[in-house]
Order: sequence, then structure tokens, then C-alpha cells
Amino acid sequence: MSTHAIDVDVLRETGQGIATEEMTLNMGPQHPSTHGVLRFVVKADGEVMRRAIPDIGYLHRSIEKIAEKVGYHGFMPYTDRVDYVSAMQCNQGWAMACEALAGIKVPRRGEYCRVIASEFGRLASHLLSVGATGMDIGAVTPFTHAIREREYINDILEELCGARLTFNYMRIGGCAWDLPPGFVGRATKFLDRFEPLIDEYNELISFNKIYVERLANVAVIPREMAIAYNLVGPNLRGSGVKYDVRKDAPYSVYPEFEFDVPVGTGERGTLGDSYDRYMVRMREMKESCKILRQALAGIPEGPVVAKVPRTFRPPVGEAYVRVEASRGDMGWFVVSDGTAFPYRVHIRTGSFAAMAIIEELSKGLMIADLVAVIATLDIVAPEVDR
Amino acid sequence: MQQFADYLLDEGILAGLPKSLGYALVIAFFAFVLLNFIMLVAGVTSWLERRVWARIQSRVGPNRVGPQGAIQWLADGIKNIMKEDIVPTAADKPLFKAAPYLAMIGFFGAWACVPFGDGLIIADLNVGVLYITAVTGLVVVGILMAGWSSNNKWALLGGMRSAAQIVSYEIPAAIAVNAVIVLTGTLSMQGIIRAQGWAPWNWFLFDNPFTFVAFFIFFVALLAEGNRTPFDLPEAESELVAGAFTEYSGLRSLLFFLVEWGNLYIIGALCTSLFLGGWQTPHFTDNGFVLGLVQFVVFFLKSYFLVFVAMWIRATLPRVRVDQLMSLCWKYLVPISFVNLLGAMLWVVAFPHGFLPARLGMFLFGIMVTIYFLMRVAFHLRRARPEMSWNPIA
Repeated sequence: MSTHAIDVDVLRETGQGIATEEMTLNMGPQHPSTHGVLRFVVKADGEVMRRAIPDIGYLHRSIEKIAEKVGYHGFMPYTDRVDYVSAMQCNQGWAMACEALAGIKVPRRGEYCRVIASEFGRLASHLLSVGATGMDIGAVTPFTHAIREREYINDILEELCGARLTFNYMRIGGCAWDLPPGFVGRATKFLDRFEPLIDEYNELISFNKIYVERLANVAVIPREMAIAYNLVGPNLRGSGVKYDVRKDAPYSVYPEFEFDVPVGTGERGTLGDSYDRYMVRMREMKESCKILRQALAGIPEGPVVAKVPRTFRPPVGEAYVRVEASRGDMGWFVVSDGTAFPYRVHIRTGSFAAMAIIEELSKGLMIADLVAVIATLDIVAPEVDR
Repeated sequence: MQQFADYLLDEGILAGLPKSLGYALVIAFFAFVLLNFIMLVAGVTSWLERRVWARIQSRVGPNRVGPQGAIQWLADGIKNIMKEDIVPTAADKPLFKAAPYLAMIGFFGAWACVPFGDGLIIADLNVGVLYITAVTGLVVVGILMAGWSSNNKWALLGGMRSAAQIVSYEIPAAIAVNAVIVLTGTLSMQGIIRAQGWAPWNWFLFDNPFTFVAFFIFFVALLAEGNRTPFDLPEAESELVAGAFTEYSGLRSLLFFLVEWGNLYIIGALCTSLFLGGWQTPHFTDNGFVLGLVQFVVFFLKSYFLVFVAMWIRATLPRVRVDQLMSLCWKYLVPISFVNLLGAMLWVVAFPHGFLPARLGMFLFGIMVTIYFLMRVAFHLRRARPEMSWNPIA
């Protein structure tokens, strides 16, 4: 599958290799680079992997079941925990699902606030992702530089909603709080600083020879395979499929903004390799900055939240909404039986799909590459298990 | 040391003792002094590395214990000594316990031939370079033993990687040194340093193009032997947890780290002695003590500069994969070093007494590269500073 994979079997069958035994390695759940609590059972032949079998469920908190007990408004803080690296989009997904059930229209200023918050969340998430990729490859410096900027984003979001990680910012019908005074100026100032820094990251690490060698041609996901395995978001776009929910199934006020959907180009290796997935995230940060600038400049006046009854009882029915979260198409399915508690909630996340492809990708890779694959697929453990 | 021992035995405090006992006492004394010195060097290097790293990563680093955190290493050492020494139940206990000491012996032995000054060397062996190459090989045995006896698959992988890596990279390192040896005709460390001069154009680095190349091969190969980034695969944290040292705790773990940081200094010291003129200073005074002190300081500064470069590299570069590591060694470094050695031999035949224009030319070339590099750094600093120094949303 991947171009550099080493075929142990060929060596063995031609009688050139030494007879070896397959080794079963347990990677995780407490392994430094399994980003939370992922576990892989690695069947390896020395350094070469035969298979890496993902084992999920270590971070299962039955969030979907909790929704049935806490009601529509009460579930909002729990959505933060679905993907705590970029919680804003989860907030937005849940709010949109409830609004679709009850047919609520969000005020325009509320939508703008949501877009601003979501895109800052995407910046924060992608920063963590590219930083952690560097860390997993062995470069320690990009991580701290990425985290430094992420802290400023957290400062901005803290001004917005008082929290730095689990925001609980959005409400059914809009947002909890309006932008604080002077927010637009400070956010713009941050973007002025941050945009050139993306190029600096590229100079610092993306074009580094060793870094490119480690990521290019590793774990290639061809276009068809990406679609077959239901990959979403940057992972799908890395394989050259131009699909973004914000463009192709528009929601909120995204159609009003101009932005590109970066796709993988195979610039340093094969289309769909780890480097493409990494670079797609780098480029998406620039697009997010574009959206943010437009949203900050054109934010309308008015209320941020629609009038929604305190006891939210949507009519009987079901709704499925999709948002483009940092890890791709996130689907929120909710069934209402007319009471104050949802009958069923289901969340479809990007990391879960990405987890499934690892077993197929891992054949013939080296153990060091597994780390790179996990990092560039940007798997976040809570999002897998929920 | 030989002269010193003889002096003590003949007319010093040891007069009258049997010769063998006297030698043993002197050796034990020097070993004790050296061991403490090594602890100091390794400790300070660890603190320096953390500080340098932190500055590069826009952090602060350890700055609480002592001025600027300068004795942080002492606190860490005490902490590690007081920790429980855990030996896994399933481990091969004798091997597991012995491994750190074996690594320590290999690394400690190398210090015997490190020339800190004109007379400041424990043993100026006539096979000094060979001895250092050989004795540091023991470190591999220690790491391999650690990896094997831990009964942990991650540790085993780390140990295997380490063995493969160090054994492979010893070849280009040894061949690269030969480029210097054909120039001097001696393997003694002091002999090689005496063949150079205090002026940079008299260093072997700039002697001819072949030694210039040899220096870089040697430095890269030593980085790999010392398990430094970008070749830190044996302890690759994000892949192998802590590699061969995964199961170690307390003092045994500390010893491995001591070896690592001490080795870093050995890398600098070796490169300094072989290529950067060692302790050579102008003969500005007849006072032996002052001269020795200045030589010591010069040697230290030169080798710590290289240590700094190694830290810098570690903070900058990612880690290579194990197959890339091997292909770099066998496909590039080994052939280049052999061709380079051949070139150095031809150079010696062509210019038995050196070729001054070549030296000066190489030196000017080096200066130009340095100036260009500094200009690049200045450019980036100018560009980066104003945005870096303020909090955009404060």
C-alpha cells in the first residue's frame, strides 16, 4: 500500500531472511504518543509492523446516554467533553440539532459569534495537532511554539465565555454571551500576529528535510480508500477529495464568507500521504484566519440569542445536523418524543472513522511510523469513544 | 600521571612504599577526582541543556534551585538517589543490576584519555584514539544488557536499536579520525594536539578539505553514537516510551543519564582535540600554572561550544526513522569517509609539510560561512523580535 513499506514476507519466502518470530506489542493505553488513552495491539516483526489493531473504549463516558437524562439545555456542557480539543464545534452541533428539532431561528449576530468561536476553536485544535505531530516525530520545539499561540487563543475564548477548554458557550437559539467590549480589536490584533507565524512554523518544521522524509510517502490513503473508510475532514481532504461541510452542505452563515478548501497535493510524495494530511491542517489555519477576519469585520448588531423557553420541549421528531468540526464532518442525531428529555442522541465523529483505517494502513509500516500515522490522522481519544 | 606517580614514589609522600601499591593509590586518587569531575560536568551539562532547550522553545527552564537554577542537577541527583530502586519481577536480575555500571565503566574509561591541558591528562596512551573508540564500545553492551534484561519489549527494541546504531556509526567515526591520523602519524591524543597550533588556520579542521569533511562526518557519527537527536532512536520517547531504560528507576536510571550527558561532553572534547586544536594557546607566559589554567579554560570553552551545538541540534531537528538512520550511515557516511580518507592520504603524499594557502583558504571559507550564518540569524531576529515580545491581546 504505502510505497516505502518493507515486505518481510518476500524476504522470508525467497530464503534471504533469517527465521524470526512475530512479536505482540501492547502500545497504550499509557503510552506517551497515544494522545490520551488509545490502545493498539501491535503485531510486529522486529521494527516492522504486520498489523496494529486498535482497541477502543478506554475513554467511554456514555455521553450519548447522559443526554437522555439531563435534558436539552443541560446537555450543553457535556458536549464540550465529546471533543475537548475543539469544544466549540461540538457546542454548535448540539445547538443546531436542537434548533432543527424545534425550528428556531438564530439571530444573525448569534451566528456570527458562533462562527468566530468555532474558527478560533479550529485554530486551537489544528495548532495542537501540528505541534503534537512534530513532537511525535521527535522535534520538541514546534510543540511549545504552537502551544504558545494556542494559549493566546484560549485567552481570547476565555474573554468570550470564561473558560479555556470546555467552553459551554453556545445555547439553543444562539450564544450565552455577547462579545465583550474591545473583543474585535484584540482578536484582529491576534490574527495580525498569528498569520505570519504560520509561515514561520512552516519554515521551522514543515520543510525540514528529516520531517518531510518521515511523513512523505508514509501511510498513503488513496482517494478511493479514504471514501471507502468514510474518512472526513482534513484526513479526507488530504487524500485529494475536496469536501468540506461548510462549503458542500452549508450551515450557519458560512456561505457569506469567502474561503478556500485546501486539499492534499502530494507535493513531497504521494497524494494522500501523512505529509499531505499535515499540510492540509497548516493551510486550513490560514483559511480559518480569512473567515475570522471577514466575520470580525462584518459582525451585525442585534441580539445573540433567540427567545427559547427554559423548559425546552421540542415537538416529536428527529433531526440530523452536520458541522465541520476540526476533525471533520461531525454529525448530531437527536430523536425527540415530545418530553423535556431527548429520546436518543447519537454523535458521529471523525476520529472514530480515522481509527478504523489504522489497521489497514499499518501493514508493513515501521513502529515509528504508527506514531506518525496516529498524529497525522489527528485522533483524539475522547472523540473516538465519547 | 606517570611522572606524578614516580615523583611521589621517589621523593614525595609515598616514598618507601612498594611501587605497585603506590601506583594503585595514585590511580585510585585520580579516579576519585575524575569521577567527581565527571559528575560535575554531566550535571552542569544537563542543567545547561535544559536551559538552552527552554530558551529555544520560548520557555524559561529550571531557574529555582540556585542562581538561574544552576544547581538544579544536584537536586535532581539527590532526588534520584533517594528513589526506590525497582527491579521488575520478571527481569534477569544480575544483568539488570549490572547494566548501568557497565555503561558507566565504558564511558568513565574514555575520560582517561581526554587531554585538558599540556600535562593535564590521566594517561597519554600512544594508542589514545583507538582506546577511546574501543572503550566507549562498552556503553553499547550496557545498553543492550539493559534492554534485554528488563524483560520488556519496548526496552528490547530500544536496546536493539541502540546496538545496531552505535556499532554502525563507529565505522564512519573511526575512518574519519584516520584522516587526522595520517597527517600526524600518531594515535596519541596529546601528539595530535601538539601537531596543531593555537591559530585557527593551524587547526586540523582547516588543514585541508579532507579533514574539513572528516570533522563533520566525525561529529555526526559521534552524535549518533551518543544517542543524540536526530539519532535518539534508542530512547525515542514518543515511540518506545524510554527505550532501553524504560524499567529503570532511581540511581540506576540516573547512571544512564549521567552517561548520556557525560558522553555529550566527550563528543565535544574529542572533536576539539582532534580538529579544533585542543588546548593549544599562544605561549604568553612561562608560569606553568597560569598557562595550564588558560589551556584548561580554552579546551573547556571549545568543547562546550560543540556541546552547545549538539543541544541546538537536538532542539531543532526531528528524529530519523530506523531505516533512514541505517541508510544514512551505510549509503552515505561510510563511502564518503572512505573516499575522504583516500583523499587525505593523497594530500599527505602531495604536501608532506602542509600547504599554507590551502589552510588560509579553508579558514577564510569557514569565516565566510560563519558570517553568512550570523547574518541569517540577525535577519530572523530582526524580523521576529517586535512580534514576539508582546502579548497581542493583553
